[in-house]
Amino acid sequence: MSAPLERVVVVGASLAGIRAAETLRAEGFSGDLVVVGDEPHPPYDRPPLSKEVLTAAVAPDVRLRAVTSGLDASLELGVAAVGLDLGERRVTLADGRALPFDGLVVASGCSPRALPGTDGLRRVRTLRTLDDARSVRDLLHSGARRVLVVGAGFIGAEVAASCRFLGVEVTLVEPLSQPLLRVLGARVGAVVADLHREHGVDVRLGVGVASVAERHGDRPDGSVRVELSDGSTLEVDLVVVGIGVVPRTGWLEGSGLTVDDGVVCDATTLAAPGVVAAGDVARWPNHLFDEAMRVEHWEHALDMGAHAARRLLEGDGPGTPYTPVPWFWSDQYDRKIQLAGRVRPDDELLVVAGALDEPRFCVLYGRAGRVTGALAVNMPARVVRYRRAIADRLTWADALAEVEAQDRPPG
Amino acid sequence: MRVVVDFDLCESNAVCMGIAPEVFEVRDDDFLYVLQEEPDEALRGKVEEAVARCPKQAITLEG
Repeated sequence: MSAPLERVVVVGASLAGIRAAETLRAEGFSGDLVVVGDEPHPPYDRPPLSKEVLTAAVAPDVRLRAVTSGLDASLELGVAAVGLDLGERRVTLADGRALPFDGLVVASGCSPRALPGTDGLRRVRTLRTLDDARSVRDLLHSGARRVLVVGAGFIGAEVAASCRFLGVEVTLVEPLSQPLLRVLGARVGAVVADLHREHGVDVRLGVGVASVAERHGDRPDGSVRVELSDGSTLEVDLVVVGIGVVPRTGWLEGSGLTVDDGVVCDATTLAAPGVVAAGDVARWPNHLFDEAMRVEHWEHALDMGAHAARRLLEGDGPGTPYTPVPWFWSDQYDRKIQLAGRVRPDDELLVVAGALDEPRFCVLYGRAGRVTGALAVNMPARVVRYRRAIADRLTWADALAEVEAQDRPPG
Repeated sequence: MRVVVDFDLCESNAVCMGIAPEVFEVRDDDFLYVLQEEPDEALRGKVEEAVARCPKQAITLEG
C-alpha cells in the first residue's frame, strides 16, 4: 500500500482537469491541490464557443459550474506548465516557479492546427479558446458578411451553421470528399453536406486552401483574399479554420513520459507511477474496442478526468481499466447529431429508424460482427439505448434480428 | 432531495437518461420528462452524476 497523496498538481484547467480536481475532493483527498492553466480566464466550457458565444445577442456566461460553485483548489491561471521533472517530482511553470507534487494529472489538452503562413492575421482565426471565440464574434457582429470556413469537421460545421443563423454568407471548404468523413463515413457525411447546402452554405468538397492574403485586416473594410486548391479565388471578411487539433505535449519533452500523438497511458489511465492523464491529450488502450485511442469529445474529458483522479488515489493498486463507449453531440441548425461508439469510415451501415434523407433517423455502424457505433439525428433516446448495448458488446447479428423483428408486420 | 430541470437550458441530449433512467426519460417527442421529482435517497449517486454530466448544466439538485 502506497502512502496517501499529500500534494497533487493538475496541469490543465479545462474540463478534464477541473473534473479531476473535483473528483479528488469528492473522493476524500484532503492534501494540497493546485490546478495550472495557461489561459487567464476562469475555467470555462468549450461547446458554446462555436454556437451561442458566436450567435447570442449577449455573449453567455460559459464558466464551469464546478468552479463557480466553489472548487476547493488553488487555481494558477494565465501561466503555462513548461517542464516536468519526474525524478524530482515537480512541474516547472513559465514564470520560473516549480510546483512539487506526489500526484500529477496531465490534462493539458490540444492546440488547433493553423493554416501555414496565417500567424498573426486578424481575420484568419482558429476556434479553440474563449479569446478565439470572442475575436470571431467581434468580427461577425461588426459587419463581416462573407465568411470562409476551412474544414468541415464539427467545429467548422457548427461555425457554418452559426454564421448562417446570423445571416452571413458562408463558403465551407473541405479537402476530403465529404464532411466529417473520418468520423461518420461517406454516407452520413453526405447527409451533413446536404444539410448545409439546404441552409444556403456554398459547400465545396475535395478542395483545400492554396494561399491566403489579408488586406487592411485591422480596418473595418479589411478583407481576405483566398486562393483555393482548384484555382478559384474568394474575397471574404473572415476565415475560420477548423482543421483539427494536436495534443499539447511539448512541455513533457525529455520528461520520460511516452508521447505518441498524446501522452501514452495504460488501460487504467496511468502514464507513470503517480502520474495519470485525461482528456484529449491522453492516449490509452480502450479494451472495449481493442484499440489505443485518443478522444476529443466533451463528455470524454469529463469522464476520463474523473476516472484518472480515482486511479491516482489508488496508488500502487491495480486500478480499473477505463472502457467507455465514446459519445458526442453536435448541434447544427435544427438538427442534433449524436454518436455513441468508435466508428471507422469503412464500417458497415444499417439504418434502424427513419431514413437518411429524413430529418430524424438512426443508423448503426458495424465491423467484424460487432456494432461499433450508433448515430442518430434528432433521436437522442435511441443513442442512449444503443450506447448501453454497445457497452455490452452488442453483435451485428443481434442488432439485425432486432430490426427485422421490429419491421415484421404483426400476425 | 429534489430534482430541478431548467427546461430553457435543456436540449434533450439524454445523457441524464443514460445514467439514471429511473428519474429521467427523453421520449420520442424529444422532450425530457422527470419521472420522479423527489427520488429515493438510494438514487443520489446516480442523480449527482447526471447533474455533473449534463452538457447544458440544466439539472440541479436541491436538498
